[in-house]
Amino acid sequence: MTNSIGDVKKADVIFLTGSNTTENHPVMGAQIRQAVKNGTKLIVADPREIPLVRDAELFLQIKPGTSVALSNAMINVILEEGLENKEYIENNTEGFDQLKEVVAKYTPEAAAEICGVAAEDIRKAARLYGGAGVASILYCMGITQHHNGTENVMSLSNLALVTGNLGKEGSGVNPLRGQNNVQGACDMGALPNVFTGYQAVNNEAVIKKFEAAWEVELSNKPGKTVPEAIHAVEADEVKMLYIFGENPMVSDPDQHHVETALKKAFLVVQDIFLTETAELADVVLPAASYAEKDGTFSNTERRVQRVRKAVDAPGVAKPDWVIIMELMNRLGYNKVYNNIEEIHDEIRQVTPQYAGISYKRIESNGIQWPCPNEEHPGTPTLHVGKPSRGLGLFKPVEYVMSEELVSEEFPVIMTTGRILYHYHTRSMTNKTEGINKIAPDNFMEISGSLAESLDIADGEVVRVHSRRGHVEVAARVTDTIEDNVVFMPFHWADGANVLTNGDVLDKLSKTPGLKVTGVRIEKIS
Amino acid sequence: MITLTINGLEVQVEEGTTILQAAKKIGIDIPTFCHDPRLVPHGSCRICVVEVEGARNLQASCTTPAAQGMKVTTESDVVVESRKGVLDLILANHPLDCLTCQKAGRCTLQDLCYRYDIKESSFEGERKEYEIDDSNPFYYSDQSKCILCGKCVYVCSQLQGTEAIGFAERGFTTHIATPFDKGLEHSTCVSCGNCVAVCPVGALVPKSKTKFRYWETKPVRTTCSYCGVGCQMDLLVKDNKIVEVLPADGPSNHGLLCVKGRFAYNFVGHPDRLKTPLIRKDGELVEASWDEAYDLIVSKVNEIKGEFGPDAIAGFSSARGLNEENYLMQKLMRGVIGTNNIDHCARL
Repeated sequence: MTNSIGDVKKADVIFLTGSNTTENHPVMGAQIRQAVKNGTKLIVADPREIPLVRDAELFLQIKPGTSVALSNAMINVILEEGLENKEYIENNTEGFDQLKEVVAKYTPEAAAEICGVAAEDIRKAARLYGGAGVASILYCMGITQHHNGTENVMSLSNLALVTGNLGKEGSGVNPLRGQNNVQGACDMGALPNVFTGYQAVNNEAVIKKFEAAWEVELSNKPGKTVPEAIHAVEADEVKMLYIFGENPMVSDPDQHHVETALKKAFLVVQDIFLTETAELADVVLPAASYAEKDGTFSNTERRVQRVRKAVDAPGVAKPDWVIIMELMNRLGYNKVYNNIEEIHDEIRQVTPQYAGISYKRIESNGIQWPCPNEEHPGTPTLHVGKPSRGLGLFKPVEYVMSEELVSEEFPVIMTTGRILYHYHTRSMTNKTEGINKIAPDNFMEISGSLAESLDIADGEVVRVHSRRGHVEVAARVTDTIEDNVVFMPFHWADGANVLTNGDVLDKLSKTPGLKVTGVRIEKIS
Repeated sequence: MITLTINGLEVQVEEGTTILQAAKKIGIDIPTFCHDPRLVPHGSCRICVVEVEGARNLQASCTTPAAQGMKVTTESDVVVESRKGVLDLILANHPLDCLTCQKAGRCTLQDLCYRYDIKESSFEGERKEYEIDDSNPFYYSDQSKCILCGKCVYVCSQLQGTEAIGFAERGFTTHIATPFDKGLEHSTCVSCGNCVAVCPVGALVPKSKTKFRYWETKPVRTTCSYCGVGCQMDLLVKDNKIVEVLPADGPSNHGLLCVKGRFAYNFVGHPDRLKTPLIRKDGELVEASWDEAYDLIVSKVNEIKGEFGPDAIAGFSSARGLNEENYLMQKLMRGVIGTNNIDHCARL
């Protein structure tokens, strides 16, 4: 996030899109509701009538995958009606003319056609967002998990820049990170192209710095992302996968294809349970859970916070850092860490954003990076004064329809997401009786009229086909979803990710387009 | 700034500060039932009354603003008498089953009765009797124990924004209810447990799997392992086991949690946890020692690296792992194995 979680209460207007916040980030969802009670106006753009629609001033029930068209049209209206921040554009941005040219053709009427909403509602959204003193954009995987997810984000960034809603409390462009430490995993360089703190692996100076710090030789060739590595196993380029704390058998697109790859590679899985992925492993390493070790997580607002050991790990399970260190040692790298704080101190030495964040300083309250030294208080808001790259770069983008939607054989759009009661692949949440009582089984939301046209009753088990395979699932008839769209949570194995497309990735981020899958629904009996 | 005197001590506070807040500033404890600094003060329980020189009546310190020159006494005889009266009235309609009540040790009513030496009520009369609503999978609602402080209702409406519960009926039969008294199961309750966390008595208590007393537990402050909000919470530990999770006042959650953080902690000590390394032998995963597991991995890494180069190995790190572990995992892949094939499920 460019801003802090508490900032939602400082915004005049919140534009929430592709995030079902009260279910996926519940405590943040609660704070959005507090903001609305306090006078903040909420705009929701989502294919589903999510619970926060109840609190919204305006709801745009867009077709999945049409965010670029919506953002472009909002910018079109903002420029048409003179709601842009001319001073901010003049002083702090570049590329405005190109943006203007691209958004010109995205009239509210043209975008209304693409998004499946009323042109007048697009105008209202633009006026609300553009007319606000302080406006915030909040988004989640509904924006990023598309074949053009990066462009969706760029279009939102354009919207923020054109109105100068960046670099001040309460505004910004705010992705909500889904998992507890997905922010930290990125910060720590668990990415194929960057070391810690987003230092690029193909930058010679960076390589030299890490070679000196670690006393090793390093490769400057960017590596493979998760989906690419899975493909590379099939192509015989990757022979061994070492998976720590992930369950790609459930979380990754095209489950059958993932299964083939996991079975083919020499597979090491380090986890706390024998997950669907671990079941396929050649070696399984038992790890300690978060409550059995000390350390830090970084939350979605870049706040580094302490994790503390409360109980002992079962059997001979060990904290992941101990396992990884022992493997390093056995592979000939002799560095020994006596405790987790020693690793943290090494992170601080090679990561400018974390340099000032010592365990001592975060004993009671976490600190938000960047925090370059021990005197620095941390950074609640990014891009204050002007964007950190100097000038905010407008990235004009065009709406491109997903290839998933061209086939008449699979005419319905399936979109995916999480529900309140489960977390990712359920390996943690399905151990609680009460959770399983409320949310025991997979389901698919379907509109009343689509269900009626297919002669499907509420609760009836149906077969859902995509180009990758088919699954059987109970239909949940609802009026919160549009006629040509169905929703299936991805928590369950042999569910949504049997159907999703693992081949077509966002060309920049390599994120799969999980939110748009062409499906066909078949009545079984 | 305003200067006032509380129990003879001078304190300076900003205009608009309540007497309760001013007292807190100098470490003077005034008891409360219905007060929560995150809620709009409603002054309904009257336990926080104090004596203000020149005022006609005792003042509720949670709603009365401090004024210049005000002289406040927080534990004078008349204040103590009044608080005893409040407790006496509450006990007139309370089961007094502290011996078996789960809340003992974390019960404000119990603490205040001890503080003011109230053993039992001096009033005789009808007592409310409600059936326990056990329809929520995570907590009980026992209206017979409720003292109607209203905190659960206001936390649900003002902070959580769910508005599942409210006050029903008037007078003696006033109680906290879901719409039309249909029960929690049929309400909009999302089981966040934020009402349970603020209940000052045993009216809302978690359905515990383990029998424990709060004084037997040790709280461990940590960060929630579910979504990216980073809520702060206390794991209550007894005999090497987490027996409850309580929300803490962290910068991103301000004392709130959701159903997963509050109640879905059973995975930690679950019998299905992996307890030893496993190695596939003849198609089956069988138990192995750490040495066997490490040796096999090391030989495979060396073999594959030797034959196909380091880029034939890929690592997936974890968005649930610690920062330090993610750091070490990429260091292992890059610095020791020699490849940048390291990623995690940020995209998934």
